[in-house]
Amino acid sequence: MSRMAATRDGYGDALLALSDNPKVVVLEADLGKSTKSLHFRKAHPERTVSCGIGEQNMLLVAAGMASNGYIPFASTFAIFTERAFEQMRNGVARPNLAVHLCGSHGGTHTGTDGSSAQSIEDLAIYRTLPNVVVMHPCDDVSTKALTMQLPDLGKPSYMRTARNKTPVLYDGKEDDIQIGKGVVLREGSDVAIIACGVLVHESLEAAEKLSAEGIEATVVDMHTIKPLDTDLIDALAEKCGAIVTAEDHSVIGGLGGAVAEHVVGSTPVPIEKIGVQDRFGESAGAEEMLEMMGLKSHHICDAVKNVIARKV
Amino acid sequence: MAMDISEVEEFARKCRVEIVKMVHRAQAGHPGGSLSEIDLISALYATRLRVKPENPDWNDRDRFILSKGHASPGMYAILAEMGFISHEDLKSYRVKGGVCQGHVDMKWCPGVDFSAGSLGMGLSFGMGCAIAAKLDGSNRNAYVMVGDGEIQEGSVWEAAMAATHHELGNLKLFVDCNGIQNDDFCEAQMRMFDIPAKWNAFGWAVKVIDGHDMTSIVEAIDWMDSIQDKPAVVIAKTIKGKGVSFMENNPAFHGAAPSDEQLAQALSELGVEA
Repeated sequence: MSRMAATRDGYGDALLALSDNPKVVVLEADLGKSTKSLHFRKAHPERTVSCGIGEQNMLLVAAGMASNGYIPFASTFAIFTERAFEQMRNGVARPNLAVHLCGSHGGTHTGTDGSSAQSIEDLAIYRTLPNVVVMHPCDDVSTKALTMQLPDLGKPSYMRTARNKTPVLYDGKEDDIQIGKGVVLREGSDVAIIACGVLVHESLEAAEKLSAEGIEATVVDMHTIKPLDTDLIDALAEKCGAIVTAEDHSVIGGLGGAVAEHVVGSTPVPIEKIGVQDRFGESAGAEEMLEMMGLKSHHICDAVKNVIARKV
Repeated sequence: MAMDISEVEEFARKCRVEIVKMVHRAQAGHPGGSLSEIDLISALYATRLRVKPENPDWNDRDRFILSKGHASPGMYAILAEMGFISHEDLKSYRVKGGVCQGHVDMKWCPGVDFSAGSLGMGLSFGMGCAIAAKLDGSNRNAYVMVGDGEIQEGSVWEAAMAATHHELGNLKLFVDCNGIQNDDFCEAQMRMFDIPAKWNAFGWAVKVIDGHDMTSIVEAIDWMDSIQDKPAVVIAKTIKGKGVSFMENNPAFHGAAPSDEQLAQALSELGVEA
């Protein structure tokens, strides 16, 4: 059994590791215990700005600090970042100020808090903003590796992390992680499964089941949704001739939308999208939510068979 | 730049002339709020703000954040008088490729510290500048200008509460109370009742002044700068369109340009010889 961990813990570890840089500052909106910025706060209270329960203010305080040469990391729940969307759009993205926003507790995997807390649209909305890099890593190791790269990014970013634990895939493989580069976790030529976040593990599990049936899948961890690794996608479309995308996010506008938008203009191949089917969630356990929303490995297996049947 | 009161008044008059010319040339823009704010900003730049027009990105400069970013002609007029941009640049207001974008933008115009456009954002941004200054161990200040209609935005009060919590004595705010917003008088759109009491309740140091009396303005800036333990706000009673008779207290000139005839009258009233 592999080690289990939550991506938000990787974020918290990274902030602490980055604290040697005196320009790194942390902003909180009363959820530091949950997003895991609390470790930084305990070590460096003088460089941690409590914004109370005020996300709109937090985003722009961060923008002001960035304009003065600081490297702000602001976090709250993914869903609450959304009420500051216009601040992110006009105050951060438009002047291209390098504010790094982290939305934890993203997706239906968040579970029993219910539909109000389960952001299923964050990746879609932030992806529409010029200058903004959008990430959704799948384990704590890759989350830490990506976060550690942000001070050198020089532009704003949004990263979704998850509340609950999932299997760790990258222990000892931190060097494989680079912003903007998808990671091929498994090779196969019948279909390419392109996944992000908690569905990367489900995709690997699906690939093993499919292999037993004679179907060989490539599995990609597309931890960066924007900029999308289009070179990799084109190569996989060419090689496999069919793509399944998998994400704990609406099928509208997220990873599946991004891949489809690209592929239709380069190497058109059949695509099936695993994701939340334009509906809200409800209170249930994390695994129960994945089952309810059609996001488990067996759903991915079905999508693979459907997409292969559509190959011309 | 140290000017006496009459010199600052003359500085502001020259800015008023540029404001009406800019809006007339573009046949679009916001003259009313530019004319109401201009005495306050003129006094700030001409007597107080530590900036270097030849080095606009000097990190230890005081920051000025025009949160009511539609009143950009006022800002551009100041920047031209100060030498951040040329008077020729003022002709680029709302013109393709121009440094004088419709709303003030830090990526387009030297001397602009904040990309404005959506109301209710500047005070938070200024708060970030103030916290950064403290972390740097610098005595630089962050000055912010909001409109009275603007404080109807809830996010202003998030910032108002947070700035007091963080004891930001280097954060200074002007509220340009011209009493008119886009659609109508504030009294009709959203009554704000006792504005000074609201800022008092949020823990700010508060002073109410006549925003067109230059002596009072300069004294108020002195007062603001003397407050070191908490944020300070100057609530300035102003007249929208101040200095041009047909624009004064007239909601129609919140966002409308003068005709050729109206421009001639405005320039005449502002002491420009035909």
